[in-house]
Amino acid sequence: MRVGLFLTCVNDLLYPRTGQATVTLLERLGCTVDFPLDQTCCGQMHWNTGYGRRVEPMVRSFAETFAGYDAVVTPSGSCGAMIRDNHPKAAQRSGDAQLAEAVGAVVPRVYELTEFLVDVLGVTDVGAYFPHRVAYHPTCHSLRLLRLGDRPTTLLAEVRGIDLVELPGADECCGFGGTFAVKNPDVSAAMGADKIRNAESTEADVLCAADNSCLMHLGGMAGRRGSPLRTLHIAEILAATEADPVDLASATARKGAPR
Amino acid sequence: MSAVPLGMPAFPKAARDATRNPTLRRNLRHATRTIRGRRAAAVAELDDWAELRAAGAAVKDHTLRHLDRYLEQAEAAVRAAGGHVHWAADAAEANRIVAGLVRAAGETEVVKVKSMATQEIGLNEALAEAGITAYETDLAELIVQLGDDRPSHILVPAIHRNRGEIRDIFAGTMGEWGVPAPDGMTDEPRELAEAARLHLREKFLRAKVAVSGANFLVAETGTLVVVESEGNGRMCLTLPETLISVVGIEKVVPTWRDLEVFLQLLPRSSTAERMNPYTSTWTGTTDGDGPREFHLVLLDNGRTGVLADEVGRQTLRCIRCSACLNVCPVYERAGGHAYGSVYPGPIGAILTPQLRGTTSEIDASLPYASSLCGACYDVCPVAIDIPEVLVHLREKVAAQPGHPVERAALAAAAWVMSDPKRYTALQRTAVRTRALHPRKAALPGWAKAWGATRDLPAVPAESFRTWWQRRDTSGETP
Repeated sequence: MRVGLFLTCVNDLLYPRTGQATVTLLERLGCTVDFPLDQTCCGQMHWNTGYGRRVEPMVRSFAETFAGYDAVVTPSGSCGAMIRDNHPKAAQRSGDAQLAEAVGAVVPRVYELTEFLVDVLGVTDVGAYFPHRVAYHPTCHSLRLLRLGDRPTTLLAEVRGIDLVELPGADECCGFGGTFAVKNPDVSAAMGADKIRNAESTEADVLCAADNSCLMHLGGMAGRRGSPLRTLHIAEILAATEADPVDLASATARKGAPR
Repeated sequence: MSAVPLGMPAFPKAARDATRNPTLRRNLRHATRTIRGRRAAAVAELDDWAELRAAGAAVKDHTLRHLDRYLEQAEAAVRAAGGHVHWAADAAEANRIVAGLVRAAGETEVVKVKSMATQEIGLNEALAEAGITAYETDLAELIVQLGDDRPSHILVPAIHRNRGEIRDIFAGTMGEWGVPAPDGMTDEPRELAEAARLHLREKFLRAKVAVSGANFLVAETGTLVVVESEGNGRMCLTLPETLISVVGIEKVVPTWRDLEVFLQLLPRSSTAERMNPYTSTWTGTTDGDGPREFHLVLLDNGRTGVLADEVGRQTLRCIRCSACLNVCPVYERAGGHAYGSVYPGPIGAILTPQLRGTTSEIDASLPYASSLCGACYDVCPVAIDIPEVLVHLREKVAAQPGHPVERAALAAAAWVMSDPKRYTALQRTAVRTRALHPRKAALPGWAKAWGATRDLPAVPAESFRTWWQRRDTSGETP
């Protein structure tokens, strides 16, 4: 199966390891992965901040760039939800029937990574090995927009060596919320602090999610607080094997991360 | 809608003060989490909740589409049943009508049933200016009134208070308003309730005029419906000689059969009860039973403007259950006062800016008072897509004059993101200059807001894109 990887702009620049892990994982499962270089951004920040009219060129670019693939996979719940829920709306609003058609053709083939693994490839044991205690945070857009349900935890539960623990208050927002984090920094931080406390209460080594943007907020907070908690994208856990383990010491974008 | 409270700062600033108040945080956390859990259990009992929710939304949408017809039907039915109907375009007109009716009854006091519409128009304050004292009879509204406070929740307006604080308010001020609190009253809920009972009973027995709102207005018979938990509402609706009900025009439902849907949706969503404890209905006047005079004041106050907005109009489905407040992580930390309106929480963040406009600092900040987590939409019994309306209102605010830095930054970002070459060039620059990126302290604007509590992410030495191209050319994993 020929898969187009939509990595997202945040991952491309800040979390290349998530992209590398996604490629490793998909290739291990027999997919042919391509990263079309014309990809940029899904437009979520503009859309959600009130600049929806600026999004049209990004929607157009996405539809053109990913037109020819059997499936488009993205390791981001919120960018996946942006594409699925809002690209059609943006196309509709543009009044450009051709754009609406192009978006309508590509959107049904866009999958968030865990959706793709479970629903399309039909696998739950991806052959991973990760001997650490992990708490999974279902990010809001994975949970309530994409309705990923138990797909991520089903995949994690099959990882050999993992000690998967339940995160108290798992379905509560971490406080990132895109520009919310900087427009309402105090409420955002109060929400983040509660999430970190809940994760720490499980004594997990790793707080895992399917969205690096939420993890950027939580990891940044954990780092500032001197917490031992590491943040890691689910793709990196699912890609890890005995032969190619994750180096937890440098796994997270926190204070002192290697440059 | 009544004006913005004097000196009300934008949401982020008001919320900051709340996040630093440990008592408030504790009170809200305890109360919202308790009711959140109970609601979830009450809703889970019904197999047909999804269908009920869809029916609630459909009935409301249908009614709103034909609002003119149903309002006139309701008006005719109320008149036929001996009631009087008044139309108020805005808060000032509604307040003028109510004050005039109280004066015409020769009274200077009214007892009140808890009502969001009268809060919205600032009726108590307007009556006070007209020399009329309004006594709140709902327990939580009484706490707010005696404490010279503002409501912070739609259903539980004193949710920000704990019982120790309530004891102090009762002991300190009940005497100034009427029957004082018993000596030696503790903060036991039973004793607090008894003090309120004694205090209020005197008001009920004395009052000649009552003012209420209504949860529903059934068009086919002109019947008003109030649902409440304490019984104080029924006292107000039955004992006085004159009853004045101020009702938003969106409260109409066509038939009793439609009402059935909402009498299932509302109690489970708001108080987590299977059935509402006190459901009062009245149709005009009845000889020898209840008030001899009944006035219905139908309130627009911005609602037709909301109705005209294709995305925003779903807000008018709201049945004021408060489920969205109780589940909202932002409300839980910021508290209700930060929203600068009698409508706090997610529903307030979309209703207030539509009723009041987005010109003031607080109203322009409300659509942004959400992380768009979507928990509110999930619990809304009439399926109001609150995140969708929030984003819609953000577009309106973003199009207003002001915020030049944000607008320029996002325009630049869009320009970069719209072209792969520009995007790649900017990414390369970010990687090349990464040693110079500050990690904290002395940052401007959004970076400062980020960096106050979080480390900024480090830019790695190689972007994914570069890694991919390297791998592509070498033909193997680098």
